[in-house]
Amino acid sequence: MKKRINERSLRSIFHRLLKDKYTFTALTILVTLYLSITFAGFIAPYSKEFSDRHLSYAPPSKIFTITPEGKLSWPYTYNYKRTFNPDTFKMDFKLDRSQLYYLKFFSKGDDYKLFGFIPCNIHLFSLDSPKGRLFLLGTDINGRDNFSRLLYGGQISLTIGFIALFISFPIGLLYGGISGYLGGRVDNAMMRLTEAIMSIPSFYLLISLAAILPANMTSSQRFTLITVILAFIGWAGFSRVVRGMVLSIKKQEYVDAAKAIGAHPLRIIAKHILPQTASYVIVAITLSVPGYILAESGLSFLGLGIQQPDASWGNMLKEAQEYINVINRPWLLIPGGLIFVAVLSFNLIGDAVRDILDPKSKLN
Amino acid sequence: MSIPVYILKRILQAIPLLIIVSIMSFVIIKLSPVDPLAELKLNPAISPQTLEAEKERLGLNLPVYMQYFKWLTSALQGDLGISTSGEKVITRLMERIPNTLLLTSSSILLTWLIALPIGIFAALRWRSAIDRILTVLSSIGMAIPSFFFALLLLIFAVKSGWFPIGGLTSVNFDKMNIFQKILDVAHHLVLPVLVLSTASLAGLQRQVRGNLLDVLEADYVKMARAKGLPENKIIYKHAVRNAINPMVTMLGFEFAALLSGAALTEFVFQYPGLGRLILEAVMKLDINLVMASLMMGAIMLILGNLLADILLKLVDPRISLN
Repeated sequence: MKKRINERSLRSIFHRLLKDKYTFTALTILVTLYLSITFAGFIAPYSKEFSDRHLSYAPPSKIFTITPEGKLSWPYTYNYKRTFNPDTFKMDFKLDRSQLYYLKFFSKGDDYKLFGFIPCNIHLFSLDSPKGRLFLLGTDINGRDNFSRLLYGGQISLTIGFIALFISFPIGLLYGGISGYLGGRVDNAMMRLTEAIMSIPSFYLLISLAAILPANMTSSQRFTLITVILAFIGWAGFSRVVRGMVLSIKKQEYVDAAKAIGAHPLRIIAKHILPQTASYVIVAITLSVPGYILAESGLSFLGLGIQQPDASWGNMLKEAQEYINVINRPWLLIPGGLIFVAVLSFNLIGDAVRDILDPKSKLN
Repeated sequence: MSIPVYILKRILQAIPLLIIVSIMSFVIIKLSPVDPLAELKLNPAISPQTLEAEKERLGLNLPVYMQYFKWLTSALQGDLGISTSGEKVITRLMERIPNTLLLTSSSILLTWLIALPIGIFAALRWRSAIDRILTVLSSIGMAIPSFFFALLLLIFAVKSGWFPIGGLTSVNFDKMNIFQKILDVAHHLVLPVLVLSTASLAGLQRQVRGNLLDVLEADYVKMARAKGLPENKIIYKHAVRNAINPMVTMLGFEFAALLSGAALTEFVFQYPGLGRLILEAVMKLDINLVMASLMMGAIMLILGNLLADILLKLVDPRISLN
């Protein structure tokens, strides 16, 4: 019975999210982003390691559909040629008009693994010759395609927060639940620990923890440990709020009834008390996803998070740290724009969910 | 409870907290696979005697818990060791803390000065076009990553030439008179303060708006209206004051968020603050400095929260300090 009600309320939440035009846009953006990173290998013309050392910091490829003679044509592009300009001491990129390359759709290219396990080599688009270079959003210092790396980077930036949530929320729930339920000295001692974690400015703690990771880890080990660190920072504040709620819930009569039957305290906490905090937990989860995304990108931006050659939006934005670099190559700012769009969408949805579950709140 | 007694009580409560924090940071540092003296050994400016003294002070050949007590006793005596640059950790901290306090306090000031009127304004025009626009703007302000915003502003500074590019003082700072010095620092502060204020401004504006909307529905406001008080008096004399009170507790949280947020902003703007110091220390694995900065961050945070609570007591006499 209870389950059915929950399902219905979940469905009505979704219904209301789709009705509002702001949250509908936000949901559409997020669905697009997550679909693109799911099919990153298919959409990206290159792998994340592919690099053309002769074309570092090449500007975005220009795609033409009208020939110089003024006729309509199948989309094509030219390669860039890098020349050194002795007057400005800069590298100039000029289109090499001697050879044109046509775009091909659904053609074979580099191998990749769809969803991480299905071997595949069909790409959404590529050029008709392997000599052609199609850099939709330019390249980075190593001549790697930014567009492809943004897709692969999104796989890390947009998922690491969720994984960290799945670690920190159960811990926070259980910790807050036990502390609030047992009360007294145990509660006191348990809360001192959360206070201690919270009294170190979180970013200081984050970078100190990230810095002690050994340098010679594989990228998946690093990913896991960064996730754990993010989760470690996040659970304390959450568990304090849960504890506060548990303190008031445990005074209700049905909890006494459960005690009288002789139910185990852990069972009472998990089965009878914590479900009562569900609406707060849902709101807290949706509102804390962006925080995790920002924490990961900040960490990677400083060079302490995800390391090269892996991509994440934070470590791609690292190249924009030198402003001289950005002024000539504005496409390096795109990862920052994507972080912003993703965070904004999550915030809008989080606010809307809070308004639905807590109609009294007037923040929006 | 009178305020001095309360302060004393809070300070006493903070001591076990700081001990836990210090144990935690000590454990974190001990987990690090790096030799804490490696960097010191590489620095030719540090004499073998200093190195030996440092080894003795850290007690590296003792068991871990003894090392912790050794660190604790020397820290309590005010000796935080030396940094890899050869300077005393304490001098480096003291250089940076005022700068960070300057940055965070000017950000808090600016945030409150702007957020209050905007929040009140939005609440009084609830659901109007301008309220909607402000809500969208505050969503944008909350979503933009501080380091990204800082980068954008830095590029703006370079392109327009209106603002200095990073740092806290100009090259010829020493030759300026006091008035020019203040102007110079203020000029350097504009962009970092703008970055730090943007995020908290958006949040605070929403809170003010939400609180005021709640208060405007309270019975005493209806009563005041029924009595025929002019609307202005109802809002500014009765509603706004009560709407702001709960915000004062947020000052503590804001301070915490600012300390954290400042690290990235300081990094992008090359601002000589505590956040950038700990970042550099972390990157160079300057163990003494990391440890001391973590502790210093915690102390500042606890003090900030204490100040917020006392301030709340001062503005709202209904609050009892128990």
